[in-house]
Amino acid sequence: MRPAEPLVRFEAVSKAFSSGIAVDKLSLDIFEGEFFALLGPSGCGKTTLLRMLAGLEGPDSGRILLDDKDLAGAPPHRRPINMMFQSYALFPHLNVENNVAFGLKQDGLSRREIAARVARMLSLVRLEGYEKRRPHQLSGGERQRVALARSLVKRPRVLLLDEPLAALDKKLRNETQFELMNLQQQLGLTFIIVTHDQQEAMTMADRIGVMSEGRLMQVGAPAEIYERPNSRWIAEFIGDVNLIEGQVLATDPEGLMIATGSAGPLRAVSPSDCKSGDTVWVALRPEKVRLSCERPAASEANCVTGNVCNIAYLGEHLAYKVRLEAGFTMKATLPNTTRIAEQRIRSDDRVWLSWSEDAAVVLTR
Amino acid sequence: MKSVLPGARLGGARVVVLIPYLWLVFLFLIPFLIVVKISLSQTAIAQPPYTPVLDLGRGWQGLKTFAAALSLDNYSLIASDSLYLVSYVRSIQIAAMSTVLLLLLGFPLAYGMARAPRRWQPALFMLVALPFWTSFLIRIYAWINILQRDGLLNQLLIMLRMVDEPPAWLASDTAVYIGMVYSYLPFMVLPLYASLEKMDESLIEAAADLGCPRWKAFWLVTLPLSLPGVIAGVLLCFIPIVGEFVIPDLLGSSQSMMIGQTLWTEFFLNKDWPVASSIAIVLLAVLLTPILFYQRMQTRDLSERA
Repeated sequence: MRPAEPLVRFEAVSKAFSSGIAVDKLSLDIFEGEFFALLGPSGCGKTTLLRMLAGLEGPDSGRILLDDKDLAGAPPHRRPINMMFQSYALFPHLNVENNVAFGLKQDGLSRREIAARVARMLSLVRLEGYEKRRPHQLSGGERQRVALARSLVKRPRVLLLDEPLAALDKKLRNETQFELMNLQQQLGLTFIIVTHDQQEAMTMADRIGVMSEGRLMQVGAPAEIYERPNSRWIAEFIGDVNLIEGQVLATDPEGLMIATGSAGPLRAVSPSDCKSGDTVWVALRPEKVRLSCERPAASEANCVTGNVCNIAYLGEHLAYKVRLEAGFTMKATLPNTTRIAEQRIRSDDRVWLSWSEDAAVVLTR
Repeated sequence: MKSVLPGARLGGARVVVLIPYLWLVFLFLIPFLIVVKISLSQTAIAQPPYTPVLDLGRGWQGLKTFAAALSLDNYSLIASDSLYLVSYVRSIQIAAMSTVLLLLLGFPLAYGMARAPRRWQPALFMLVALPFWTSFLIRIYAWINILQRDGLLNQLLIMLRMVDEPPAWLASDTAVYIGMVYSYLPFMVLPLYASLEKMDESLIEAAADLGCPRWKAFWLVTLPLSLPGVIAGVLLCFIPIVGEFVIPDLLGSSQSMMIGQTLWTEFFLNKDWPVASSIAIVLLAVLLTPILFYQRMQTRDLSERA
């Protein structure tokens, strides 16, 4: 169960630079032990938010609270928060050991304690034997782990990670994602990660806050954001989606009937605030569409037909584009369960697309 | 064709590499050997004013008599007469003191430049380099004007009622230090600026984030990282100041001479080319240590960046 009091609380925080507004009256609660991801396109203000929490920038208005105490006026070196920088910001004149020990030395700990904690941390990130190396003698992945060790060794109340995996290649990135999750669980710390990579956020985070132009568009668990986006913007930003515009024809207890110009009448489960005549958008993920060469026998709630105009072979799945008779081009993906030679559906084939009424989400904005 | 092309390119590369070597051989190594040779000769009332002179017309025999006439007498003279030793020590003292002053003044200047807004930096850089556009000699003469008894400095001090009697600035060590610091400041500021300017701001932020207050981050991060610039600036100033002639000659007193002035006196007043040459060789030997140190720093810096 989530504790009632948040560990970190942003209260209507705003920050503007000469180039424009970076964060716009943003409020957000983050709880102890959470792995929270701030996700958004570059320039959406997510890094500024992180830097304000670290104390590297001051908010123009609003409050930032940690453990219910206002952080205003606390310089970065007095905050029990550590940050892993996107550039790693390793001290080039210090070796691995001294880089990691830097923060502990500032706290005036005894030499023996510092040595013990540095050694423990280096073994945790699997860097034993690298103590005497300088940053320029390390690979990108090793540098990343030194930066991680350096920011973790002080056991901060909150660890901030600014695009921690952006500089790594894809394979290493995937491995490191799981390492970060394990570390977070092992140490029981609160992680806030900033990323523009939605797959990264979905994999690692307990909750995701999606940001755009300084505002939070939606906050929720990865599945919640993917399955129940609250707006067209979110639906399009996270994953791939078919967005079909239409008007509500009729509502009934089970759902609603929507008249769409480009795909015909569709049935979907109703969102709470919807009445006849409203303009809505049906958001349908391509993988939730069933694709068949014959008209499906058991009639689904929704069934449309059209011609295949494009097939993309993506390895683990196949992406089809089907031009409906009414004009909409529907995206559908199927898992690649057969060998390519046995593909039954070819370009220009007539196909039927069907989905249940709860497969799609009706969006009102 | 295929086999010829890389070879031809290599030949071109060799020529390009050869040019600086030829330059060094003809304009540095050969003149240096001539100076070494003169330093081993004896002064004479002749043209040129020293013996022996190598006469290749007399063949092997001539070479033998020439070699027999060379001696280390001038070096023992330099070692025995305290005038020279005092001169060397004074030069090194003045150079060391000037370099410390330059560092104290140059570091804040370079730091301010590197921390200034990006768009100002070219202008600030230009301001530091601007004095180079005027002749060095004219700038030193200008300082004579400023420092003389009824010069600008004394006029200003009297106007501000900071002194009653105009003090004498010229012909003193103070004037020499003013001249040195003024003339060499760009050589200190520019390497410092170069090393401070390329420093990543996020390193300071990381230090702050890890619990280090700003003033301490300066000592723990900024200063160690600017050390190559500090060493470059120190050596770029110290080495030429030791041998400086114009500034102490125009602004300093005539009583105590720097080694450049002693050398000038031997050469032009006493017409003792051999002693002047040996002074130059000893000076070079003295300065070789910091020069080699600088070289090692440079190569280490290069290999670390690679």
